[in-house]
Amino acid sequence: MELARVIGNVVATRKHKALEGVKLLLIQPHDHNGEAQGDPIVAADPIQAGVGDVVQWICGREAALALPDTFTPVDASIVAIVDHVWGRE
Amino acid sequence: MILCRVIGNAVSTVKLPVYEGHTVLVCRPVKWDGKTPNGHVFLASDSVQAGEGDLVLCAREGNTARQILADDDSPVHAVVMGIVDDIHVG
Repeated sequence: MELARVIGNVVATRKHKALEGVKLLLIQPHDHNGEAQGDPIVAADPIQAGVGDVVQWICGREAALALPDTFTPVDASIVAIVDHVWGRE
Repeated sequence: MILCRVIGNAVSTVKLPVYEGHTVLVCRPVKWDGKTPNGHVFLASDSVQAGEGDLVLCAREGNTARQILADDDSPVHAVVMGIVDDIHVG
């Protein structure tokens, strides 16, 4: 699980039927200070996040468990919209 | 399992129902000295009442996380599973 900021929407008209109805967002992973960590990725969004939101996302097999159909073929999903991150090193 | 330093937490109101009651900690992987950063910051659900500054044992693998949280269907990929008291090397 990591933090990210939603930086865009992804629309695909032609796609595998298992992805129909799955909202896709482009997210930029970042750390607790908002510094980017790695490259942007596309994640499924079951909780109606929007551009600019800081979100918590999950990767791997568990990404599908966040969706209504737990066998949807996705490898990244948003699981929460983060109100506040507090971190100090 | 990896060693991490807890450096903070993340609070969310809008979230999947399965996350209700979870404490989500901001964790920094560290080397065995407990200080040197060893990777990107990530989020983990807490199972041991850890807090900021604690050196902890984390699992970053879904099956392990689900077993520790005793929920077979949770979309949880990382969990704090122990607070490290001491490390002896060599």
